[in-house]
Amino acid sequence: MIWTRKDLIALSELSAEEIVFILDTAAEFKGVGQRRLKKVPSLRGKTLVNLFVEASTRTRTSFELAAVRLSADVVNITATTSSLSKGESLKDTAKNLEALAADLIVLRHSAAGAPQFLAERLQAGVINAGDGSHEHPTQGLLDVFTMRERLGRVEGLKVGIVGDIRFSRVARSNIWALTKLGAEVILIGPPTLVPREFERIGARICHRLDEVLPELDVVNLLRIQHERQKAGYFPGTGEYASLFGLNAARAARLKAGALVMHPGPIHRGVELDGSVADGPHSVILDQVTNGLAVRMAVLYLCGSVALKEEA
Amino acid sequence: MSHSVNIRGGRIVDPSSGRDETGDVFIADGKFAASPAPGAVEIDVRGLVVCPGFIDMHVHLREPGHGAKETIETGTKAAAAGGFTSVVAMPNTNPVADHPGIIAWMEERAAQFGAVNVFTTGAITVGSQGEQLAPIGAMANAGIVAVTDDGRCVQNHEVMRRAAEYCGLFGLPILDHCQDASTAGAEAMMHEGYWSTVLGLPGWPRMAEEIIVARDALLSEATGTAIHCQHLSAAGSVRILREAQSRGVRLSGEVCPHHIALTDESLAGYDTSFKMNPPLREQSDIDALLEGIADRTIGILATDHAPHAVYEKEVEFAAAPFGIVGLETAVGIFCEILLHRCRVIDLPRLVAMLTINPARLLNLDRGTLAAGAPGDVTILDPQREWTVERETFASKGRNTPFHGWKLRGRAVRTIVGGRTAWHLEA
Repeated sequence: MIWTRKDLIALSELSAEEIVFILDTAAEFKGVGQRRLKKVPSLRGKTLVNLFVEASTRTRTSFELAAVRLSADVVNITATTSSLSKGESLKDTAKNLEALAADLIVLRHSAAGAPQFLAERLQAGVINAGDGSHEHPTQGLLDVFTMRERLGRVEGLKVGIVGDIRFSRVARSNIWALTKLGAEVILIGPPTLVPREFERIGARICHRLDEVLPELDVVNLLRIQHERQKAGYFPGTGEYASLFGLNAARAARLKAGALVMHPGPIHRGVELDGSVADGPHSVILDQVTNGLAVRMAVLYLCGSVALKEEA
Repeated sequence: MSHSVNIRGGRIVDPSSGRDETGDVFIADGKFAASPAPGAVEIDVRGLVVCPGFIDMHVHLREPGHGAKETIETGTKAAAAGGFTSVVAMPNTNPVADHPGIIAWMEERAAQFGAVNVFTTGAITVGSQGEQLAPIGAMANAGIVAVTDDGRCVQNHEVMRRAAEYCGLFGLPILDHCQDASTAGAEAMMHEGYWSTVLGLPGWPRMAEEIIVARDALLSEATGTAIHCQHLSAAGSVRILREAQSRGVRLSGEVCPHHIALTDESLAGYDTSFKMNPPLREQSDIDALLEGIADRTIGILATDHAPHAVYEKEVEFAAAPFGIVGLETAVGIFCEILLHRCRVIDLPRLVAMLTINPARLLNLDRGTLAAGAPGDVTILDPQREWTVERETFASKGRNTPFHGWKLRGRAVRTIVGGRTAWHLEA
């Protein structure tokens, strides 16, 4: 197929074919990271701006490293150092970046829809690095990439996503990618964090982890935020861990070969026990490695289209 | 300028008297008269409908304090261009209209710059903070026709009960923006449902409106004061309203064009022209609102005209203010949906919902063609086809979700006190 998008905003709008195409491209780029010389010239002379209006270290680092390995020049802008903190609008910030001839903009923003807002107004390619509770498409892609790499397929897999589904952009991107590729998605957590509307997106809902644990091929544990507890979505991390934490006893009931995943940063003792995070089922560090390959693929594909449009 | 006019040969629809016939309407010195005035302007309106002047009881004119969004001058010009001869201004200005001095200032500005009649409302509570009653009696003397904390909602039920009891002294109705703060949540931006889930935007559930409509039914019943539920959006609100009315409770409701024309699916592109409070809901809610209009549970149509500057709306969705303009599109949307597309009501019913019904609620001497009443007339062409062009708006606001819509039905002339305030270029 021919890739035609200058932006990657949401997996909800991609076809299964497009998702597979990114995964295949990422598989090729993964080899680059294993070489002695970890660099290809694909984006040489091009400028990528990491515009992070919401704090993030690992996603920003991953995008930065991906861009460096594609030989792009990278500029990092974070909310505290940018004029956004002085009240400049996102539109004006973006127009300034374009005036400086940025070719690709990677945007992390607390407001859902912010990347689409930029993409509609800029010639530069816009990559969504997480927007509010909407989507985090490269995280969804790297999760699916890891499943496919480890288990050899995505279709027919039973994937449990556990935790704060309501507010999670990672969950949404995972649900879209997995259901489009034919996996079964089971959302697990208290009813306050797993609203029924998700059934209409094509996921199954289960409020008891123990009921479904032995059937799962993959358990993807999402980070639990303390703000949710304060807002009354669940009584406390202790009760949460007892109901939904993947402790050693629960991990013992996992299928042989089942994968334990987590987008990080993990809370040892809350979402999962340390022994499980470091145990044989865990592919948490594979996810980090694969994230780099997936982001190289996305920057390369969208970059090619954005650059062609500029020319 | 002459304030006398003879309006000849139109279909006269005056629900206040039940009149629906072809004939002439006369205005002499600004008031309706039984016979033609000498030297009056002659207007031939054959093929058109002559109605009492339309009243929009829910308008944000933004003055004082927000002149970049709208002024009394531009807002009333927009009203005239939309076929409205009277607007009721909401008090969520800056400063909040919670004091007779501000009311007097607005009345004076309106007399000076208003293209149509402006009726003022005062805040229920000081600063619309929901805590301490505003000087309602003094504002009543200054001319307000209702009290409301619109844009906000009094959360403390005891404060609201006292307000309802106190308003009984002046016969003022309360207009309530029905929004329970705890179930809506401070971050809510759109209807809670499938689309809020997909888009990752915090949801505003139906119950956040319905809880307050139910509260208002209880308070109106207990105090006898008329409480009017503004901009209804949720199916359950209609059921609660219907039940209360069946027991004689003085609870009423209004519907805005967008809540019967659009659903939450419209937000899929994060276009801030679809961001308003209360939010667009689902088809089942539209069905319930239309049913409520059909069986007279909902008796009033209004716009919630809420202009914002372009730069305020052209931002990420979360940062955009709530609200859309409505004055220049409402009559078209109402005709299109209620008369032509869904055929929910007939023309006299539509006219009643824009004239005598709000006039009765607010005790205005308008909404009628009766001799002696102020000579406000809207000439309507219910069949006229036109396309919404936001760049042609008289309002400062361009924040409409209806740009480019093809509609059937439009006001073609707006007459205020016998003087033509606006008419459509042929």
